[in-house]
Amino acid sequence: MTRHIVAKVDEIAPGTCKIVTVKGREIGVFHVNNEYFALINRCPHQGAQLCRGALLSKLESPGPGEYSLTRQGEMLRCPWHCWEFDIRTGQSWCDPDSVQARTYAVEVEPGEKLAKGPFEAETVPVSVEQNYVVITV
Amino acid sequence: MNVTVMDRKPEAINQSFLGFIDCDVHPFYKSPAEFDAFLPQRWREHRATIGGRTRQGLSKSSNYPRMSPGNGQRMDAWPPDGTHPGSDLPFMQQQLLDLFNVAYGLLAPLVGGAGGERNVEFGAAMATAVNEWQLARWCDPDPRLKASVQVNIEHEKAAIAEIEKRAGDRRFAQVNIPPRGLEPLGRRRYWPILEACAANGFPVSLHLGGNGGHPSTGGGWPSFYHEEHPSYVQSMQTLVTSLVCEGVFEHIPNLKIVLVEGGFAWLPALSWRLDKAWKRLHAEVPFLRQKPSEYVRQHVWVTTQPIEEPERPRDMLSTLEWIGIDRVMFSTDYPHWDQDDPRFAFKVPLPEEWRRKIYHENARALYGLD
Amino acid sequence: MERAGHIVLNRLPIARQGVCKIVNPAAIRPIDCDVHLAVPSTRALLPYLEDYWREHIIRRGIEGDNLELSAYPPNAPLNCRPDWRPKSGLPGSQFDQLRDHVLEPFQPRFVICNVLHGSQIMFSEDLSAALCRVINNWIAAEWLDRDPRLRASIVVPAHSPDLAVAEIERRADDRRFVQVLMLAMTEMPLGRRQHWPIYKAAERLDLPVGIHAGSSFRHPPSALGWSSYYIEDYVSQAPGFSGVLNSLVTEGVFNKFPRLKVVLIESGVTWLPAHFWRINKTWRGVRSETPWVDRVPSEIIRDHVRLTVQPFDDPPDQSQVRTILEEIGSDEMLLFSTDYPHWHFEGTEAIPPGLPESALRKILVDNALATYPRLN
Repeated sequence: MTRHIVAKVDEIAPGTCKIVTVKGREIGVFHVNNEYFALINRCPHQGAQLCRGALLSKLESPGPGEYSLTRQGEMLRCPWHCWEFDIRTGQSWCDPDSVQARTYAVEVEPGEKLAKGPFEAETVPVSVEQNYVVITV
Repeated sequence: MNVTVMDRKPEAINQSFLGFIDCDVHPFYKSPAEFDAFLPQRWREHRATIGGRTRQGLSKSSNYPRMSPGNGQRMDAWPPDGTHPGSDLPFMQQQLLDLFNVAYGLLAPLVGGAGGERNVEFGAAMATAVNEWQLARWCDPDPRLKASVQVNIEHEKAAIAEIEKRAGDRRFAQVNIPPRGLEPLGRRRYWPILEACAANGFPVSLHLGGNGGHPSTGGGWPSFYHEEHPSYVQSMQTLVTSLVCEGVFEHIPNLKIVLVEGGFAWLPALSWRLDKAWKRLHAEVPFLRQKPSEYVRQHVWVTTQPIEEPERPRDMLSTLEWIGIDRVMFSTDYPHWDQDDPRFAFKVPLPEEWRRKIYHENARALYGLD
Repeated sequence: MERAGHIVLNRLPIARQGVCKIVNPAAIRPIDCDVHLAVPSTRALLPYLEDYWREHIIRRGIEGDNLELSAYPPNAPLNCRPDWRPKSGLPGSQFDQLRDHVLEPFQPRFVICNVLHGSQIMFSEDLSAALCRVINNWIAAEWLDRDPRLRASIVVPAHSPDLAVAEIERRADDRRFVQVLMLAMTEMPLGRRQHWPIYKAAERLDLPVGIHAGSSFRHPPSALGWSSYYIEDYVSQAPGFSGVLNSLVTEGVFNKFPRLKVVLIESGVTWLPAHFWRINKTWRGVRSETPWVDRVPSEIIRDHVRLTVQPFDDPPDQSQVRTILEEIGSDEMLLFSTDYPHWHFEGTEAIPPGLPESALRKILVDNALATYPRLN
């Protein structure tokens, strides 16, 4: 793992993203709410350039008529199929890894791969050192 | 079980999809005035004043707004000049045609509103205009792109004339009819148009869409796009049911149907249900001389997008087998939000022979492309 | 966190094909979750009507009209098995028919009776409510009182939620009414908030909502418009159920009514896996439009929705049946039914071939007991 300077601190405007290539991989570096986050520029669904998506907020509701908006600008929505990822953790909002016991006898066939949940975008550690935004890859 | 996600390190991608035939590409205009070049004066004025009239309350918006700007476009598909996704040929070449060395792209222009226009004379004029527009803006500059003949099926005479006009022009691959019309497409009043398609060697592309003014479901109008999006499957199911049960395929034995953008995993269960119902009710439809599922196998093709995502990825294999590997054709639906990427759409490795057919040979054979 | 793995039924023995073991008295006695009683004539209902409505109906000549649903033409081959068709009158309108065709051969513990009738769909709301009321009176007096094994769904006006709730409340204390009966396709998708008073009452009273195949035809059977043939209408009932589930899920019915159970009656069943795959895919992208749908729709459906097994639109191959069941992914969802007198099987072969023996007891009995608390 090595550290790479990707930008000067004031280079990435708030709410925007700079995409850099490090060790052959595209990484999107985001400036959100005075913090920096970095994600591999690849959606785990169909490989879209995730970091070209929209920075949105978390829209939640317990039921129709009640709406709440939180985590402003901290959800990254894939430009293709609109999957939403928490920019801090890379965790997909539509976490399909809900606990649901199956009641049939369960067996995995040899050679079959179980899908590993949850769906995650790969995060990259980011820090600010003096005037520079630094990622560790 | 879950959709297979891709590994952190991209696995080696099977390159055999390269050069594929994309069975659903959506061109757009930079300005609707582009159609004026192909419209008589009377209709230019009509378009500028009254404009298109469809069977819904909102004038220009969808009944069910999409989830991303541009009425549901890929957010990274906006051309550099800021015009609408799909409106810029060089950008389309960069993002799709050249990127994947696409052999042919079958155009489905969801523009101009010809098919659903209530003023059928205007609809017919727009159909001709959009057909000319496809040639001028797309097929002639990039011959990989094949046009689909737009028609308004409520103007039978004009529709047949348009089909006959384009017959033999190999820049046109098929005739496009939106499924949601005034009546199910299998109804007799539409047979002359379907006959003309078959007689002139055109498969009929039934790309989801249209608005006949009937609710999206048999139980009424949904509230949400979340319902509307999958309701197109119900339209495809009832469309296949209509074409089969009305005896269209008995009457027009060389008719070929392509279901575009409806997905396909629903087709086997529908075939089973049709066969079971026919076993009891065949006396109602005595002109059917085969089981419904046999008509489906002989006359219906499906495009893959939006590809279903089985909870157990390998169930895709059995699903494809049940439909028939020679009936499935890959499509991206570029540049819509729910488009499929040819590299990653299938979450299970396919046998090489299947890949050849789905990405290349089935479309080549159906459309007579070399 | 790893999920439970894939479902594989290959190792399990399959129920003997073509022979229904439940005919054998030593075998499991089932609960039949869908049997159709027919109102023999509107005249038969008159004794159970209040004076006002009796006169209203007679003065308008309505008692001479059978008010049958067009969704179920009684003489269509599908709608009555030949050996169940009586010499006169409607099939399922006399107790001895039920006895001879269902109670004796199948030896059920319980039979849930669903009455499909035009009363549910009359445009005049109070007339609809009055007729539904009288049908429920008739069911109780001439059937439920007659045999302790019989249970019934409450027939309610499909287009008037408030009046439907009143009828549900009226029957609440008679625990032989075990379900609320609705039609799959009416004027508005069933998840719409206008229907929520019905779900609220049903949930409170431990009544599942039974959604039966068919339409009141306030709309054409699909977005394509009016089809020509009955076979098309019948086949379209399965896509109709897709619309029902999408509405219930996306409108948040199960968020609002977490204890509500819904039974899809006569749906065909095998369309369900492809339905899951499509709605799950849509949800991942469209979630934010309906943010209360906070988990994958297939899981919501597995929790809240059950399906009766007849008709079972089975594939030509039994191995395909096993695959479909694995894809449905829950052995708690299926409920045994004969769908008497509709013609879906011969003899007593009411169990779809290919169902694993290990799941039989659940499908024949346990799932129904879990779904219908009032059966306990």
